[in-house]
Amino acid sequence: MSQSLFYLIAFLSIFFSLMVIFTKNPVHSVLYLIITFFTFTIHYILLNAQFLAIVNFIVYMGAIMVLFLFVLMLLNLNKDTEPAKSNLLKMAGVVAGMCLLVTLVGSVKALNVSNPVVLTNPGLGLVKNLGKVLFNEFLLPFEISSLLLLSAMVGAVLLAKKEA
Amino acid sequence: MEAQSTPVNYLPIIFQMIVALGFVVVTMVVTHLVGPKRKTSDKLIPFESGIESIGNARQPFSIKYFLVAILFVLFDVEVIFMYPWAVNFRDFGWAGVIEMFIFMGTLLLGFIYVLKKGALDWE
Repeated sequence: MSQSLFYLIAFLSIFFSLMVIFTKNPVHSVLYLIITFFTFTIHYILLNAQFLAIVNFIVYMGAIMVLFLFVLMLLNLNKDTEPAKSNLLKMAGVVAGMCLLVTLVGSVKALNVSNPVVLTNPGLGLVKNLGKVLFNEFLLPFEISSLLLLSAMVGAVLLAKKEA
Repeated sequence: MEAQSTPVNYLPIIFQMIVALGFVVVTMVVTHLVGPKRKTSDKLIPFESGIESIGNARQPFSIKYFLVAILFVLFDVEVIFMYPWAVNFRDFGWAGVIEMFIFMGTLLLGFIYVLKKGALDWE
């Protein structure tokens, strides 16, 4: 039951990720990305990583997607202003894509199948257990992350306001 | 003593989502099937508060919306960190309160900076 559910959700994730790439309309592709993130949330729940599932749901599906939509709206999406790509650029794209493909195929061939990782403690990803670890062993990185958020805030304001 | 839970415990949430989605889909389909349809050219034009629509919606617009969105993301991340803290609130005691207040104080400084800079002023 759990395995067939996994295969269904995995199929849906791959399907919607491909839809993100193949739709012409950028807004549609963002909407497909939301569905892809939602399938990831279900993956996390199946893995019993409930904190990650909630983070994925609230931050990625909620906040990051809003950001993506705003980025799209900052762009000019009118078709007539889209500059035509020159043939040289197209050739460069093909060469770069081929290089990436060769690298990927080569690295996949070099892969060895490792033993599956068995989680010793299946309750590791629950919010309560994770909070205990976060506020004891990883307290310093947690406090420093507040500085990271602060600098991100200052940076965003500096970049967006003209008279900085 | 550690909290225990399995993915099966999320079954009610799945049911709730199915019901919510099902309600939306059923309502939309049924209103399409049941309601009368009179299509005139006036009815099919895009509705824009009773004013005739000008141009299209694909215009690049002000960076201010983006700034609000990015600040929303940052404070959203802050709230996410509060979740494991709130669940463990009693176990941590006063030490946990102090730890969290240092974190929140730093972000509060950022918020004061944002307000002082007038980043949220809309003119």
